[in-house]
Amino acid sequence: MYLVIALVLLVVGSLIFHWWSPWWFTPLASNWSTIDTTVNITLYITGIVFVAVNLFMAYAVFRFRHKADQRSKYEPENKKLELWLTGITTVGVVAMLAPGLVVWADFIDVPEEADVIEVLGEQWQWRYRLPGADGQLGEVDARYISQANPFGISPNDEAGNDDIIVDNSELHLPIDRPVKVLLRSKDVLHDFAVPQFRVKMDLVPGTVSYVWFTPTRTGKFDILCMELCGIAHYTMRGHVVVDEQDQFDAWLGEQPTWAEIQDIAPGDTLAGQGLYTVCGSCHGQQGEGNAAMNAPRLAGLPDWYVERQLHYYKAGIRGSHKEDIYGQQMAPMAGVLVDDKAVRDVTAYIASLEAQTANRTLAGDPERGKSHYTNCGACHGAEAQGNYALQAPTLAGQDDWYLKRQLENFRLGIRGTHEQDNYGHQMVLMARSLQNEQSIDDLMAYLSSL
Amino acid sequence: MQHVAIADQTEELHDPHSFITKYVWSQDHKVIAIQYGGTAIFVGLVALVLSGLMRLQLGFPESFDFIDPSAYLQFVTMHGMIMVIYLLTALLLGGFGNYLIPLMIGARDMVFPYLNMLSFWFYLLSVIILLSSFFVPGGPTGAGWTLYPPQAILEGTPGYDWGIILMLASLAVFIIAFTMGGLNYVTTVLQARTHGMTLMRMPLTIWGIFTATVLGLLAFPALLVSAIMMMLDKLIGTSFFMPALVSLGENLDYTGGSPVLFQHLFWFFGHPEVYIVALPAFGMVSDVLATHARKNIFGYRMMVWAIVAIGGLSFIVWAHHMYVSGMHPAFGFFFATTTLIIAVPTAIKVYNWVLTLWQGNIHLTVPMLFAIGFIFTFTHGGLTGLFLGNVVIDLPLSDTYFVVAHFHMVMGVSPIMVLFAAIYHWYPLMTGRMFNVTLGKLHFWFTFLGTYAIYLPMHYIGILGVPRRYFAMGTTDFIPESAQTLNASITVSALIVGMSQLFFLANVFWSIRNGEKTGHNPWGATSLEWQTPDVPPKHGNWGKELPRVYRWAYDYSVPGAKEDFIPQNHPVTKEEQTGGEHEEKA
Repeated sequence: MYLVIALVLLVVGSLIFHWWSPWWFTPLASNWSTIDTTVNITLYITGIVFVAVNLFMAYAVFRFRHKADQRSKYEPENKKLELWLTGITTVGVVAMLAPGLVVWADFIDVPEEADVIEVLGEQWQWRYRLPGADGQLGEVDARYISQANPFGISPNDEAGNDDIIVDNSELHLPIDRPVKVLLRSKDVLHDFAVPQFRVKMDLVPGTVSYVWFTPTRTGKFDILCMELCGIAHYTMRGHVVVDEQDQFDAWLGEQPTWAEIQDIAPGDTLAGQGLYTVCGSCHGQQGEGNAAMNAPRLAGLPDWYVERQLHYYKAGIRGSHKEDIYGQQMAPMAGVLVDDKAVRDVTAYIASLEAQTANRTLAGDPERGKSHYTNCGACHGAEAQGNYALQAPTLAGQDDWYLKRQLENFRLGIRGTHEQDNYGHQMVLMARSLQNEQSIDDLMAYLSSL
Repeated sequence: MQHVAIADQTEELHDPHSFITKYVWSQDHKVIAIQYGGTAIFVGLVALVLSGLMRLQLGFPESFDFIDPSAYLQFVTMHGMIMVIYLLTALLLGGFGNYLIPLMIGARDMVFPYLNMLSFWFYLLSVIILLSSFFVPGGPTGAGWTLYPPQAILEGTPGYDWGIILMLASLAVFIIAFTMGGLNYVTTVLQARTHGMTLMRMPLTIWGIFTATVLGLLAFPALLVSAIMMMLDKLIGTSFFMPALVSLGENLDYTGGSPVLFQHLFWFFGHPEVYIVALPAFGMVSDVLATHARKNIFGYRMMVWAIVAIGGLSFIVWAHHMYVSGMHPAFGFFFATTTLIIAVPTAIKVYNWVLTLWQGNIHLTVPMLFAIGFIFTFTHGGLTGLFLGNVVIDLPLSDTYFVVAHFHMVMGVSPIMVLFAAIYHWYPLMTGRMFNVTLGKLHFWFTFLGTYAIYLPMHYIGILGVPRRYFAMGTTDFIPESAQTLNASITVSALIVGMSQLFFLANVFWSIRNGEKTGHNPWGATSLEWQTPDVPPKHGNWGKELPRVYRWAYDYSVPGAKEDFIPQNHPVTKEEQTGGEHEEKA
């Protein structure tokens, strides 16, 4: 008897949960309302079957439960009934399948007027490339990929020069224009997914896949990687901002072309040395850092990292959080550097300073810290040497008090939560896997030992 | 002289006498079955603990220091692989297949007993290799149970070095073990059936196990091939699955391989694998339902053909796992169509189970509770499959928790409900004693209600768009805060369900010594395994003479018959011929 009650309650409970719970698809922001319609058709048909089969079963268990003088009916088969059930099921299946196939035909048939853009995935970042004035994307090949050429654009294809390079995780798209997104991966499988658009597709190294949609609502939407791509898979996030056409055009105008990026002159160490005197008053003339001034060691840091941080400070991406006391001190100092060239010059000088060994100020167990470091090492390297490809700075040689403070700032969202901080959000998610101070101290002890 | 499995044995059998030959290097299918089953349940418990750890992280993120992103992915991977291959496949085929095939078809043993013994020892070896990966540098692989290259063998994935190699080696050894066992099951069913046991008189359990084994023999080679190729890619730098790529900033030497090729091979195995697990479960649940409803299985012939049809179709649906893999999009039409066609024979099976209950005389015993629970969970899991099989609906749902919830309902909870039904049902035969009914019922209620409390809400987390295999969700613009409450409640349910399996373990071990003695055939079942001269059956199963079969396996409540069941080895009597409209099945 309990079983009958349980079955009925489960059926009724499932329906109540479905109707009254707040959890359903996030509101649509693309043309794919037909996908939602297909979902609803399937939901109703399967819902009816679910209720009918289980309530019938509950009734059968109730009515034919064992009684002393009862005997089952002997009925090996009933061809007519079986045929009817087969027939009705077939009709139901066709009713679900047919609209699905029609929508799929739309999905794989890209409108001719669609804009073509490229999404490039790599562990664990998104980048984008849009065609320049010539309306086409230049050829690419994995062989050409290097630190200087992260997209692997072929030097032999003129069409690549005016390609617009978005070297960060935020993509903009104009509203109401169909877009064909070419999907390319440098390394492993990824998946381009925007829940509000409903569609998703894997990025497969060695080939180019695609997906198309028309954004129908302005706003900022998350891009998530939905194909397992390694340790930091869950931190591989980006954004797509759907703009009105004029806003989109303005954004597009600000993005550099491939030719412009290639033309940037390297920093001038000598000019940088002059600029560095100001920095040196806190960070030390050899870039050795000064704990008393809360100024970290700079010697040994890679140029691309220093350059990005200076840019972040200048733009208020770092050092603007109200609880980031020391960052707030740094921000106006970075403002002293008047332009991008000054940033590159001082960066070049800092990169030329000789790396030193770290000062150890915290007591921790390096052995235990080593096991925590496994995750960090995926990006920062087995020897904490840093890795440009992952935008992960060198940690070896840095003072432990600074690293600890930054790790805690990431954990608490004091650093890395600014919308434009493309890589900091990964550290926010990563830093939260360490729960207590002892673990952090152990990790620091290990880093100091490198 | 005919082979021992198919001959009457007029002289005393040369029974093994020493402990070693009887229980360790045993060639008796029943002992091998228990060895398989015990090992499978042991690794299954390991996988259960891993799932508990995963749930702790998901339900209560930022609380546990020892679960970091690497460890989490390792838990996910090992949980999945162990449950699918080393628990379900091994327990259903190696365990129940071994135990039931000879007994149900009236044979003395498998036709190749020595091979059967080797099969178990290779299986045990594969389990040891698998578990050893927990103790090597870098730990077990964290590539997800699908082991997709390139990431499975590249830096940036946990266990990319030792872990993946041990995983591939373990799978290869498992497949060797399965092949030895599988050839045995197929040959035994085809060659060693006793007098009168025609194919269309076999219990559905045997049909399910037989068809699943054929599927396994055809499907596992695809996995073996992909494991070997990936191993070569990893160890000597071939490029079967590896295109030119740049790993963590380093240009590697691979060129020209195809990651999608691996997925085709994997799922060419992987989808039939779903039915390798499901078909034996379908068969066993049919027999449990018929026995405890005291009624013939409804539409036996349709049920047999449905099993065969599902088995056949399962080979042409594999790429529905790959709708968003970047394969040629036109495949979507074909695979969505074949996938939804498979719903028809599957639905017929569900209807026939429910119609078996209709006008029955339903004894709500513990095995029956689990069997009815299975119909409920399988219906639920089957219906959500219609979402994912329909290619466009897969676009929003693929790689979300909806997928996780779906396959756990259909391939986790449902077969496990049947496994419990089967263990309780056949426990008196295996031990000669009855289990404790109160513990059994507690086990059922916690498991049945608990798993639904886990997986119903999980579908909705997927519909919200939460991706699977995420260590932590962090903040997004589309997932409401309330989803975390839901995740916490799922974790609580999961931990309760996990703990409640102690009812089962306690029952199984306690009842071996303390259960009430049952004697012959306590359920009043018709099939041959209950008609052995000794309970539990002895070596050789049948004493001197093999049983003769005169009827199908479902003569329950035959009009005119005195009892409400007539065993398969009872000749047809005059009363029943005149008493009912039923004609004997040929």
